[in-house]
Amino acid sequence: MTDILSHRLTRRAALLGMGAALATPAIHGASAQGAPIKVGVLHSLSGTMAISETALRDTVLMMVEGINSRGGLLGRRVEAVVVDPASNWPLFAEKARELLQVAKVDVTFGCWTSVSRKSVLPVFEELNGLLFYPVQYEGEEQSKNVFYTGAAPNQQAIPAVEYLMSKDGGEARRIALLGTDYVYPRTTNRILRAFLNSKGIADADIMEEYTPFGHSDWQGIVARVKRFAGEGKRTAIVSTINGDANVPFYRELGNQGIKAEDIPSVAFSVGEEELAGIDTKPLVGHLAAWNYFMSVNSPANTEFKNQWQAYIKNPRRVTNDPMEATLVGFKMWAQAVAKAGTTAVDAVREAMYGQKVDAPCGYTLEMHRNHHLSKPVMIGEVMENGQFNIVWKTPGPIVAENWSPFIPENASRRRG
Amino acid sequence: MKRLILTLLLVLGFAPICFAQDDFNATALRLGGSFGEQAEAVEKLGLSGDPRGLPLLQALADGKLARMPDGALRIGDADALTGAPADATGASPVRINNRVRAALRSALGRLQIVSPDPAERLRAADGILRSRSAQDLPLLDAALARETVPRIRERLVLAQGAARLASDDEAMKRAGIESLGASGSEAARTVLLEARTANAGLAEAIDAAVTRIDRQLAFRRAGELLFQGLSLGSVLLLAALGLAVTFGVMGVINMAHGEFVMLGAYTTFLVQEALRGTFLAPWALPLAVPAAFLVTALLGAVMERGLIRHLYGRPLETLLMTFGVGMMLQQAVRLIFGAQNREVSSPAWMQGTLMLPGEISVTQNRLWIIVFGIAVLLLVMAAIRFTRFGLEMRAVVQNRRIAATMGIRTGRVDALTFAFGSGIAGMAGVALSQIDNVSPNLGTGYIVDSFMVVVFGGVGSLAGTLIGALTLGVFNKLLEPYTGVVLAKVAVLVGIMLFIQRRPKGLFALKGRAADQ
Repeated sequence: MTDILSHRLTRRAALLGMGAALATPAIHGASAQGAPIKVGVLHSLSGTMAISETALRDTVLMMVEGINSRGGLLGRRVEAVVVDPASNWPLFAEKARELLQVAKVDVTFGCWTSVSRKSVLPVFEELNGLLFYPVQYEGEEQSKNVFYTGAAPNQQAIPAVEYLMSKDGGEARRIALLGTDYVYPRTTNRILRAFLNSKGIADADIMEEYTPFGHSDWQGIVARVKRFAGEGKRTAIVSTINGDANVPFYRELGNQGIKAEDIPSVAFSVGEEELAGIDTKPLVGHLAAWNYFMSVNSPANTEFKNQWQAYIKNPRRVTNDPMEATLVGFKMWAQAVAKAGTTAVDAVREAMYGQKVDAPCGYTLEMHRNHHLSKPVMIGEVMENGQFNIVWKTPGPIVAENWSPFIPENASRRRG
Repeated sequence: MKRLILTLLLVLGFAPICFAQDDFNATALRLGGSFGEQAEAVEKLGLSGDPRGLPLLQALADGKLARMPDGALRIGDADALTGAPADATGASPVRINNRVRAALRSALGRLQIVSPDPAERLRAADGILRSRSAQDLPLLDAALARETVPRIRERLVLAQGAARLASDDEAMKRAGIESLGASGSEAARTVLLEARTANAGLAEAIDAAVTRIDRQLAFRRAGELLFQGLSLGSVLLLAALGLAVTFGVMGVINMAHGEFVMLGAYTTFLVQEALRGTFLAPWALPLAVPAAFLVTALLGAVMERGLIRHLYGRPLETLLMTFGVGMMLQQAVRLIFGAQNREVSSPAWMQGTLMLPGEISVTQNRLWIIVFGIAVLLLVMAAIRFTRFGLEMRAVVQNRRIAATMGIRTGRVDALTFAFGSGIAGMAGVALSQIDNVSPNLGTGYIVDSFMVVVFGGVGSLAGTLIGALTLGVFNKLLEPYTGVVLAKVAVLVGIMLFIQRRPKGLFALKGRAADQ
């Protein structure tokens, strides 16, 4: 099966190719045959998460436009159904139900925070929907109704902390875990604490603090981190702060003069898009860990950036990791639908396993039976222009461990 | 410049171990290598004291060094090693990481400690302090002998102490511990604690020095904590002041108060955008204060005349109606400006840290907000006490009918009072745009806090609002280190509940006939 999306084919060629590959009896001339295939978009367009999630809606819309311009899918037009759950977790579940029961979508792309994913999970399982979740998360989950195209902890959090402890990363021996108060930061930090303990870092050398969503008064916490760092061991910050609370957090770091050479911070939920609204000069050298950066040099990435900037009509708009994960998820879904010849959830699920996409991160990513992708890990330092300078990466994609070995209860779940 | 530095270095008696040309070139070329190679080369160049290294290191630090595909280095259109003009097509900038950046700071420090520019020398002293290497001792001794600026001397003494502590000589180490202990600074404390494990034999002396520093730091830390509390208090004060007028004086439960604050922040954004590129741009923030006041006051007046006046004496309906208005305002802003946050930039004088006497470091933006909060409070007090409008307002509040008989147009006074309170909320929005995200739901985060402050301080008392806001702010910050941010807030809320049980009228209860209304 050719990858119908990554090649710019004419509509006719796409149809021919698809027809040949699927050997479907007849695809008639018009591209919009029959009822459209519906793609639900479940991202917060307002509230504290809008800063991160709005771009993901636009990415899905871009992909939908792209696939329609190439003749649609299975000879049918693809139509996006956009709803706004407004950073309101119970509303996520309501909107998910609305998408599945009222709009009758064939697939949904959505959620950023884990609390929103946990909120919609029962709905997708009950109604046998299909959700593509594009953001790195804490793992400890594997639903047959969800495909996770972001990183599991071993694909982001653990390599990032290992880097901080390495010579290049500044040999940190004291870690401040700062996070927003919900399931993702708490679980990730639980895994990280166990990991750090296994590396010989005592609990006394770990500081853990949580703040509410949208927190803006960071002066006390940043001052405490400064003091924590002054106890004679190299210190680093691991930030699982989500949403727009990052803006005042980084502003406070800058105002209190915390330089990356002294106390580097690595963020798991801050990318190019979040930095777009901040003065990045005081932040040079602070880190983020992702599986993709806009500064990656690969043909697929050049194509992605061009397509995005043309779609959004702004030559300076940035791309980021969850956008890439959305793109990869969408391409895989389209390939799986083409392979299955239907949008029926059970058939598409089977067809998803083993799907490969030549991703903008520069590698060919594969969907495994554990519903997670193998992904390369990259660590970038913030540069003055708000982009990331990739200072470390894994030699290739690594397989996701969604059941972390650092959580004792998982021993029985893991196969080996 | 190079020659000058070389001479200065020689004068200082610190003879640089200049490389042979080949050696220098080989080292310099490694600046374009892997991060590990870069860090080593930077260190080597710094320790050599070779002045030829300075422009190279400077260029590397500024991101101006570029690498040709064949490994040659360029600065602009010139060869980085010889300075001769050279073709730079196809050169890619040499990137550095934190490790290299740190090495650069130390290396540049060593080379720039003789700079004629005091700011550069201060940075240099900090850079050398960072390296904590005994090899720097002769350099530091020489620099100290010449240095006259007290601030730089302070840093140099610290760096010298750290370097002595890193030496192999026991007596020298003790001297280092002594001078670090005497400095009383946070940085010295860190240096001492770092050295503790490597110098088990000196642990006692180090502990004594640390205790000595801690004693000196205790005052400073308390000062900083107090500042944080006052800062939070001033934010609460600003958010609550408008409410102290509309709710406290008029008794209107205005659930749209938060939205007025939010509109003030958006007005700031608009003023900033309107002035962008003009000569007034640096003054956008001060100019936004009257603008925000006018916009929200006008809206407040319209709201009072159009809606609230029909509901006087019916608190439940007022509450529901203003809640609805608040949601409409939020949605309107979302439609006009979009759901995404808007960026209001901070002027330069509101960025960074300021050292108060006693070495208490405070962030500039927070300091200005405290000042602004107090200024607004004084303004409100003055307006109520000394103006005709204030007199009429007090008269209407105390006895509406008698005030009316005296010829006061009570309806007009009501409208003006509500507009005044709303305008203050707008001014608070200007301040909050500096520390919080300007988004349509900015106000919702402050409405509960505002009511809390007004009720706790005593409804109808401005002094109560002030004391209430500051008390809550300081308490919150005192609790935070022990309980974390979330629990501290919960604890404060529980505290207020208990307090209100004992004193339903708050800290400053109004006395006399006015209180009965």
